[in-house]
Amino acid sequence: MKGGAEESREERSYALDTARLGIWCFLATEVLLFGGLFTTYTVFRLRYPDLFHTEHLKLNRLLGAANTVILITSSLTMALAVAAARQGRRKRLRLFLLCTIVLAASFLGVKYLEWSDDFSRHLYPKTNLFFSLYFTMTGLHGIHVMAGMGVLGWLLARTRKGHFARASRTPVEIGGLYWHFVDLVWIYLFPLLYLVG
Amino acid sequence: MTDHATDTSPADRGYLTDKGFRSWALTLDHKRIGVLYLFTTLFFFLVGGVIALLMRLELLTPGPSLMNDHTYNVLFTLHGAIMIFLFIIPGIPSGLGNFFIPLLIGARDVAFPRLNLLSYWVFIGGIVVILASLVSPMDTGWTFYTPYSAKTGAAVATLSFGIFLVGMSSILTGLNFIVTTHRLRAPGLTWMRLPLFIWGMYATSIIQVLATPVVGITFLLLAAERLFGVGFFDPAKGGDPLLFQHFFWFYSHPVVYVMILPAMGIISEVIPVFSRKAIFGYRAIAYSSLAIAFIGFLVWGHHMFVSGMSPVAGVIFSFLTFFVAVPTGVKVFNWIATLYRGSITFESPMLYALTFIFLFIIGGLTGPFLGALATNVHLHDTYFVVAHFHYTMMGGTVMGLFAGLHYWFPKMTGRMLNETVAKLAWAVTFVGFNATFFVMFIMGYHGMPRRYAEYLPKYHADNVFATAGSWILAVGVAIMFANFVWGMLRGEKAGANPWRGLTLEWQTPSPPPTENFEEIPTVTDWPYGYGKKVVCR
Ligand code: HEM
Ligand SMILES: [Cu+2]
Repeated sequence: MKGGAEESREERSYALDTARLGIWCFLATEVLLFGGLFTTYTVFRLRYPDLFHTEHLKLNRLLGAANTVILITSSLTMALAVAAARQGRRKRLRLFLLCTIVLAASFLGVKYLEWSDDFSRHLYPKTNLFFSLYFTMTGLHGIHVMAGMGVLGWLLARTRKGHFARASRTPVEIGGLYWHFVDLVWIYLFPLLYLVG
Repeated sequence: MTDHATDTSPADRGYLTDKGFRSWALTLDHKRIGVLYLFTTLFFFLVGGVIALLMRLELLTPGPSLMNDHTYNVLFTLHGAIMIFLFIIPGIPSGLGNFFIPLLIGARDVAFPRLNLLSYWVFIGGIVVILASLVSPMDTGWTFYTPYSAKTGAAVATLSFGIFLVGMSSILTGLNFIVTTHRLRAPGLTWMRLPLFIWGMYATSIIQVLATPVVGITFLLLAAERLFGVGFFDPAKGGDPLLFQHFFWFYSHPVVYVMILPAMGIISEVIPVFSRKAIFGYRAIAYSSLAIAFIGFLVWGHHMFVSGMSPVAGVIFSFLTFFVAVPTGVKVFNWIATLYRGSITFESPMLYALTFIFLFIIGGLTGPFLGALATNVHLHDTYFVVAHFHYTMMGGTVMGLFAGLHYWFPKMTGRMLNETVAKLAWAVTFVGFNATFFVMFIMGYHGMPRRYAEYLPKYHADNVFATAGSWILAVGVAIMFANFVWGMLRGEKAGANPWRGLTLEWQTPSPPPTENFEEIPTVTDWPYGYGKKVVCR
């Protein structure tokens, strides 16, 4: 048996690795969840190329692009938050977590504007298969953004109470991975729905 | 390392010492969570069983008697959905798996105890939602085929969402087991020394994690179809009902291995212990679990031969389906080879294990008739199918579960069952089971269609026979459960290792203390060393 401090550090890095394995398994399930949607997209895209072309022109590319920028930025702030946690800089960690949350909220705000605009132009999930897909995919992604915000908010609250300096940063690392995943899904959704038709 | 004194003294009640609702509802102990799962799933086995008895009563006579056709449709939907989603998928993995995986690998708990508790409550949440859907019950069958399920007036969206939740709980459990097996094995417990139950559960967990999300999205889409009028599966809107079937079976075929692999794991534990012989072909059994899991992902199309899928796809799926039989055959061969020249004793766990092999062989051998294109077209949706899957699911998995329950009962409760009663229950169940389901092969071969409340008079005699059988079966199961209750309250004290097993769970008191082991054991050999030397006390 090793001395107390030494052992606990070892134990913690062991716990971090365990948690990482867990989150990777979980992300695999998320990939498959969205995989079903991407498969559906592929099937109908191949079957109705014309429909997909004419309909995708009705989407608001500007707002879509804005959202892409917002999410990529949020990935950056999240990465900075994780780095801060690793260095044990709690103030920075709080700041960057807050930034990420604000960016996530603005993503949802833009999405809200976009959907209301769609509705005002009588574009609904049942309009046609393209819009069924568009609303389902962005909707499911939106739910993931909200879940991510919940996680980030929880991390922020805990950080306020003084948790997550260097050694006990596992939740921050895990939350970070999850947030990057949510961003990544959008990086696929944006070109698929808005750009290629 | 830990300074918790593992205190088993209060009347040797181990992990059962604490009492009260909160100590169970908020427990982080994998053993208690396993017990919660066992009680819940066995309860639904009984509910599903009662529904089955009602169906069999209706089928006693050719014409309508007990209920109208709609009620019958609702009942077989409920029976199927309850048995599949609330009993057989979670039963062994979440019940016995939760209880025994950490014990068998010499760990104090699973990797994520909180997640484990969460998965149980998500499961209960799913059940509540499913019960809520009963306000306007479903009549689609447990497969929810579109476009019917997108149109029938029933609460399809609610039920789909409930099943989505149940699926999520299953994902969390699988994920927990994968990480636990990778990270928490006792010192010296290499992969090639793992008990075979762990191998079975590991393969199962992979399927749970990789297949369940697909059915999750399928049910979400089905719910969206009902709620928002999207039309992915509705031909009237340009959608494709076959897409639903592909998604559904991409999950539901692999999931039959979620049902069967853990049971095979149990059999691989029981057979060597009660024949006092090292398991034959350890590696082959271990790897065949992974092979079954892998091939299982490639064969879903055999459920769709008559659906209008392309003929080429049909031939490919048929061919691949036969492949699954290879690793399955390997296992059966190895169990029989283990039995060969062992010093076999016929305690109740062993009786159920042998029954598993016997019935599963019948179920398995009738599989190829369905897996082959030509015969499938004749037998599709007849009672032949009903017989086939009851032989594999009930004759296989449920018998495996019963073997496990009898085998591990002393460990879980610290008490023994009454062997004589257990054997009586086994005999009655065995007779009842075969009386109920064997005639169904014959009915199906003669063309009696499944899912019908009424039938032509020429099938009458067979149906009377099956219904009589179902009552014998019910009596057998009732005796078994009575024995469980009696054993829990009155059974003789079991001691740490009543069967003289060599796996790690037998090296700790029964019932085990909260932390499982006073000291984490170090493993120096594989757990099937019978004949070479006697390790345990
Ligand atoms: C307790 C003894 C049981 C009896 C007497 C029984 C009887 C029946 C009957 C009469 C049907 C309806 C067949 C039809 O009309 O197509 C049926 C269907 C079914 N049973 Fe059982 N069953 C039993 C146990 C089980 C178990 C243990 C499972 C699975 C774990 C199971 C799974 C199913 C499934 C999936 C269906 C198909 C439902 C559907 O067509 O949607 N049954 N059973
Ligand atoms: Cu199948």
